[in-house]
Amino acid sequence: MRPQVTPPSSLDLGRASSSTKKADSRHGHASTLLDVAAIEASAQEHRHSDAHARPIPWVTGRVGAVEALDVATPTLAPTQTPALVEPAPARRDPAAMALAERAATASLNAALGIDEHADFAAVPAGSVPVAGAPKAKPKKIDPKRPGSGIPARKSIQTLVWVRRFSQVFFFGLFMFFLLKTGFRGSFAANQGEAIRLPYPVEAFLLADPFVATMTVFSTHTVYRGLLWSVGLLALTLIFGRVFCGWICPFGTMHHFFAWIWPSNYGRGGSRVEANKTHGYQRVKYYLMYAFLLASLAGSAIGGLFDPICIAVRAIGLGVIPALQYGLGRGLSEVANVPVRPVQTVADKSQDFLATTVWQSHQFYFHQTWFILFLLIAVLFMNRFIPRFWCRVLCPLGSFLGVFARFALFGMEKDHAKCTDCNLCLVNCQGADSPQGGVKWRQDECHMCLNCETACPEDVIKFRFLPNRKSSIQKPDLQRRTLLATAAAGAASIPALRIADSLDANYHAKLVRPPGAVEERGFLERCIRCAECMKVCPNNALHPAFFEGGIEGLWTPILIARIGYCEHSCVLCGQVCPTGRFRKLRKIRSLAVECRRSRSVPPSTIMGAVYRGRCRLRALYAKSFARRRRRRFGWKKSRRKSVKRPLVPPVKRRR
Amino acid sequence: MEKAPETNPVSPYFSRPTRREALVRLAGAGGVLLGAGAVSRAVWDRGGIGAAVSQHSGTTRDFRLKEGPADFAELAIAKGKADEAGKFPVVEELVRRAVDAVGGMKHFISRGDIVVVKPNIGWDRTPLHAANTNPEVVAAVVKLAYDAGAKLVRVADGSCNEANRCFQKSGIWTAAYDVGAEVILPAEHRYRTTRMKQEVLDEWPIFTPLVDADKVINVPIAKHHNLAKYTAAMKNWYGVLGGRRNRLHQNIDTSIADLATFMRPTLTIVDAIRVLMRNGPQGGNYDDAREMHTIIASIDQVAADAYGCTLIGQHRDNLPYLAMAHKRGIGTMYWENLKVREV
Ligand code: SF4
Ligand code: SF4
Ligand code: SF4
Ligand code: SF4
Repeated sequence: MRPQVTPPSSLDLGRASSSTKKADSRHGHASTLLDVAAIEASAQEHRHSDAHARPIPWVTGRVGAVEALDVATPTLAPTQTPALVEPAPARRDPAAMALAERAATASLNAALGIDEHADFAAVPAGSVPVAGAPKAKPKKIDPKRPGSGIPARKSIQTLVWVRRFSQVFFFGLFMFFLLKTGFRGSFAANQGEAIRLPYPVEAFLLADPFVATMTVFSTHTVYRGLLWSVGLLALTLIFGRVFCGWICPFGTMHHFFAWIWPSNYGRGGSRVEANKTHGYQRVKYYLMYAFLLASLAGSAIGGLFDPICIAVRAIGLGVIPALQYGLGRGLSEVANVPVRPVQTVADKSQDFLATTVWQSHQFYFHQTWFILFLLIAVLFMNRFIPRFWCRVLCPLGSFLGVFARFALFGMEKDHAKCTDCNLCLVNCQGADSPQGGVKWRQDECHMCLNCETACPEDVIKFRFLPNRKSSIQKPDLQRRTLLATAAAGAASIPALRIADSLDANYHAKLVRPPGAVEERGFLERCIRCAECMKVCPNNALHPAFFEGGIEGLWTPILIARIGYCEHSCVLCGQVCPTGRFRKLRKIRSLAVECRRSRSVPPSTIMGAVYRGRCRLRALYAKSFARRRRRRFGWKKSRRKSVKRPLVPPVKRRR
Repeated sequence: MEKAPETNPVSPYFSRPTRREALVRLAGAGGVLLGAGAVSRAVWDRGGIGAAVSQHSGTTRDFRLKEGPADFAELAIAKGKADEAGKFPVVEELVRRAVDAVGGMKHFISRGDIVVVKPNIGWDRTPLHAANTNPEVVAAVVKLAYDAGAKLVRVADGSCNEANRCFQKSGIWTAAYDVGAEVILPAEHRYRTTRMKQEVLDEWPIFTPLVDADKVINVPIAKHHNLAKYTAAMKNWYGVLGGRRNRLHQNIDTSIADLATFMRPTLTIVDAIRVLMRNGPQGGNYDDAREMHTIIASIDQVAADAYGCTLIGQHRDNLPYLAMAHKRGIGTMYWENLKVREV
């Protein structure tokens, strides 16, 4: 709270300035606190200690409590601090910087005869004020708003609502795709039709540039649909991290839980405090670089932390089956109630759920409790640090943050008007310092626009091509930590592989899905997104626990004791966003062409009949099955006499 | 504090509770104990696991007509013969002929009945593989049932493979939907544990849509079976069961007989249009199936199987489940003794 507003803060003020030796007076004797003269004096000195003022290391390089960033009323400022002082101390001393800026603005205002709160006063000193002049009409003051009660611009208020709808829409879309990730069949489909999913259910993963970059680093190619991620990159280059504030389904979950879940501790001042920029926010950058280096070393292990992968994995393999279990049992109990209408309702809801939300039978996933536990843990962190995941851990967020520096859209602020009310911080999503007196952190901002809506003093302005006087674009990283973590990421892969899980002592239960490429190539590609496990209609695919070592965590394995693989299915190949099923897909595209010419009669190859598929594929399937058997020691073919194929075996392409 | 006499407590902290308080506390402890005892007594399961599970007891689901068809055939065989152009009669025509011979659908179905048609939709196979009932046969039966005045015809089965795939690949989903039937896929919540009290089948989850009906028409496909040698009508009732029914294969003949004792359909219509001659029950090779253009309709499922097995070159004496069923009086394995008509 501001010194001018509440008595305790004024006492604070007195306490801080009653002596030059602030440390001594910290404990504040009553006599000092009530010393009116001292308070007066301090007002003259414009020094106070703000309980919430925090060191911002990347601005000042200092640790510990910092002095006031700005306290004087704007009218006082110009006479006290010469505008010329501005350039030199700006970098080191935020207080001086703020004063200097205020001075410049105020003198300009005075020169132009403009009211302090007129709209275009926000145009910072140095830009040409004439352009803004025609818009200079006083804003209507909203008595319900705190402070000066200046409402945010209409456009921003609208945009905030657009953002909310966008978040709901994209979360809904994500859930829709997730629910459609599974085969439900249809009465409309022809019996001969190949069974495929009608929607691009893996779309969110395809648009994920972190996934794309990882796989580019590990395989040196952009796989098919992952080209979409360039679109998301373009969006970031224009608007900054709008993906985080407007689109990301996992982020929306955190936004929601940070909104409804704060503990008593996490409200008010503590919440404001938590929403200030903290040093721990760098962790996500270090993690991200470590993961990228790890993929360069040959493993797309970063998918463990990719938010979209987590959302698919945790909701698809944890939340939905758990709900199915609970609701299924509950409704079955209800259906036993000997009242007809109750039974009907229970049965109808079971039918509905079984055909839309989940499948007709319970799905089980190998050791999925761990996945669910981690989801709940990370959601629970929102009680203490809003959007903990996004601020501290998310590698996709930091990846976009790296590119946000080029964004054409951004924030300008007029520090002079800021009253330090901290209202902008209450609902800040990114913890990117929107308040006056410090620089805005473009790489951390989620572009949620809550701060501009909240500010009653007209300090914050979002606009295209903003000046960069009060913003920092680049993530502030410590070079040595960065190098160390990136090196650790690169080194982790050989370190993990000298453990006996890949080259030696291969785990007998590590049976990969059909069509999987060779194990090293598989680890290069698989991002542990769980799409394949979610889609498998027979519940055959499961997230590995530690069967494949740490590196193999949550990669798909086939557990035949739970479900079997229907070899004409290959849905897991269809949904995999990273092409670990590459070869199967290639063959399928050939098969699609063959299917067009329906005249081809069924052909018998080595005892099996293939119809509507080309022989090439049939042969390929055969040879594939043989290789798979050889690789995993699957049961040998029962047929002893192998007939000669009708056409000579075709050499494997590539 | 040493040797503190009770009459003179050293500290008020050592004072005794009042009589009233002591009584209240004793009553509290006693109440909890009594409550626990009462609850345990109320839900005490004396008989061990499962004794109190199901109240629905009943050993059969009998959908047969009470009075036998007076002068109709009891076993009708419709064989399609190729005409001069080499064309076989359409499936619907064959089904109609067979059903008419045993009395016509109107004889079996009353106006307003809810009719269940139970085909075999067990496998993720196309009709050409002949592992599932021919969709045209199913559609024909559904049509006949509607024509006879059924209020609702339901097509359902508990599949072995993934149900959605089976229903779609078998073509039955589309075919039945097109003629207006309600198609019900198996789902866990549609099973209810039922006491069957049979020889090997004691208590099993039963697929309720198949038994909640006025009339049940069994529409199996005749095919080879690796364990049971030949299966059609009686084995088709495996689709009624849920749970781990694969374990029944240890004792397959008895369980088939048990199921046939439990389920007594109104009518049995065996599809032998295309018959799987070997590698049953799942097949997978087109060459294993042969066109036979035959429909068998009967009110006696045992006789239908006893006759049907001759199609794949089997003999009734090789099928133990027929003898068991015959002994139990479910039907007769000597189909010649029935009124047989070939149409
Ligand atoms: S930081 Fe990560 S999880 Fe959060 S919104 Fe951005 S991309 Fe999504
Ligand atoms: S920028 Fe933030 S702290 Fe400053 S006046 Fe506006 S809402 Fe208050
Ligand atoms: S191909 Fe096999 S493992 Fe893959 S989704 Fe289909 S049934 Fe599951
Ligand atoms: S193999 Fe499965 S978990 Fe791995 S990337 Fe493909 S769909 Fe995702």
